[in-house]
Amino acid sequence: MHTAVNLWPLLGIAVVVAGFLLRANPVLVVIAACGVTGACAFMSPVHILESLGAAFIKTRNLPLILLLPLAAIGLLERAGLKEHAQASIAQIRSATTGRLLTVYLLIREVAAAFGLTSIGGHPNMVRPLVAPMAEAAAEARIAAAGGAIDDALRQRIRAMSAATDNVGLFFGEDVFVAFGAIVLMQTILRAEGLEVDPLKIALWGLPTAVTAFVIHAWNLRRLDAQIARAGALQRGPR
Amino acid sequence: MIISVDFFYLLVGLLFAATAIMNLRDRANPRRVTTFLFWGLYALVYLLGERIAPLWGGVLMVAMALLGGLNLVRAGSSSVPDEPARRASATRLGNRLLIPALAIPVVTMIGSTLLKDVKLDLGVLSGPLLDPKNLTLVSMGCGSIAALALACWLTRATPLQGVREARRLIDAMSWAVVLPHMLAVLGLLFSEAGVGKAVAHITTAYVNMDSRLVACAAFCIGMAVFTVVMGNGFAAFPVIAGGIGIPVLVGVYHANPALMAAIGMFSAYCGTLMTPMAANFNIVPAALLELPDKNAVIKAQLPTALPLLLANILLLYFLMYQ
Repeated sequence: MHTAVNLWPLLGIAVVVAGFLLRANPVLVVIAACGVTGACAFMSPVHILESLGAAFIKTRNLPLILLLPLAAIGLLERAGLKEHAQASIAQIRSATTGRLLTVYLLIREVAAAFGLTSIGGHPNMVRPLVAPMAEAAAEARIAAAGGAIDDALRQRIRAMSAATDNVGLFFGEDVFVAFGAIVLMQTILRAEGLEVDPLKIALWGLPTAVTAFVIHAWNLRRLDAQIARAGALQRGPR
Repeated sequence: MIISVDFFYLLVGLLFAATAIMNLRDRANPRRVTTFLFWGLYALVYLLGERIAPLWGGVLMVAMALLGGLNLVRAGSSSVPDEPARRASATRLGNRLLIPALAIPVVTMIGSTLLKDVKLDLGVLSGPLLDPKNLTLVSMGCGSIAALALACWLTRATPLQGVREARRLIDAMSWAVVLPHMLAVLGLLFSEAGVGKAVAHITTAYVNMDSRLVACAAFCIGMAVFTVVMGNGFAAFPVIAGGIGIPVLVGVYHANPALMAAIGMFSAYCGTLMTPMAANFNIVPAALLELPDKNAVIKAQLPTALPLLLANILLLYFLMYQ
């Protein structure tokens, strides 16, 4: 077991952890970790730069999904898309932030489970539609109690909207057979001599997918309770 | 292929070039020269692509990291109509505003399902219609262009106004735009330097796997922790499955390999919910939603991620012989 495994590159991880704990700028943390990891693996500075450069060019497809919708979304925001989303949710009396986000969680998770991962996403759904609607629902509740929403709660609702999108996507897509992760798992198991049916991997993801929905929906109910308390608190002194 | 991902690289390159030039000419931006440099360098990555020598690519990335990290990238001025004007416009356009927004997912779905195998044969233009290796990305690009066209038609704005709006949003996110990209580079460097091997070596050498529950917990927590460090479940899976899952859970305890794999990957995803290293899911949305606390999304996800990780350990423990 004690073959020569070089443990020094773990210092790269230490740099990342220390950087995030000290709240240093993440971009600087990443570049420092790159330098430390490379040096610990006995790479020369030129070799490190070459590795970074090749990888930087190769992975440039990553930001496209964030960048491509921006022009259209920006124009629609200018034309009042957020305001429209907020006005339409304010008309539905039974809409609460938690219920709205639970419905979105369900749609997002089920759609992802059928491979439709492009429904949703932070730039094209959460920022222009989901977060403004969630905020408007809370505003309506608190306004009905005669108060106004404070910034901390508003920010928590926005963060919850983004979190709901992530949870729905992550725990839905892995139940879809043709998803990359399933193919990856199958390939790795095969390399180790284990032949596994991708359908079975997808199927055994179901218990966790259901549990994820239940736990997150429960947290959304707690958010609703928090909003109701904020409303009651403001009504109190009157 | 007829519509390849290279076309969208060029478009994004032009978008960054426009962002750079608009900032250079914007006297309201307190750091207009360095901001111009940052977005200009990023534009080169997309406009020149593989034509950049690896060494210069590395120099470029370090320069960008320093500009972004030392707070030299700032937002310029932008003119969004005030809220009453936006309300009036929303009342006038009504539900029609949703058409361009929904065009993005609809076109992406049509592209990646119905048009998946469409091939054209028109002499010069022949081959698959959409780049098969980047099908979703290319479909989404087409969806975004369709959405932009619809938005321009609906709001009677010019595409140039669309570019200005994109610049406003890019400016607001600032260096957070490049963070996921740079983290992916770090991940690749980690695997080149053998970080994965070192972690697997330590976990298998120091954790006692004689108890089945400890082995299940070590496997799930190992997946989550390694994902927290690497920012990506795909990087954690081969390491922890190869280090604990296959030799211990399947080899010693005869667990169902499909269940081990499925729960392992989901445990890794619990890690993704908890780490700033998964910047595109956690840090970029915080910037996009203009939250002052960059970790606000992670904090919102912890009450889901931690109980779910515990649930995974129990599911693995009780279902492993199914």
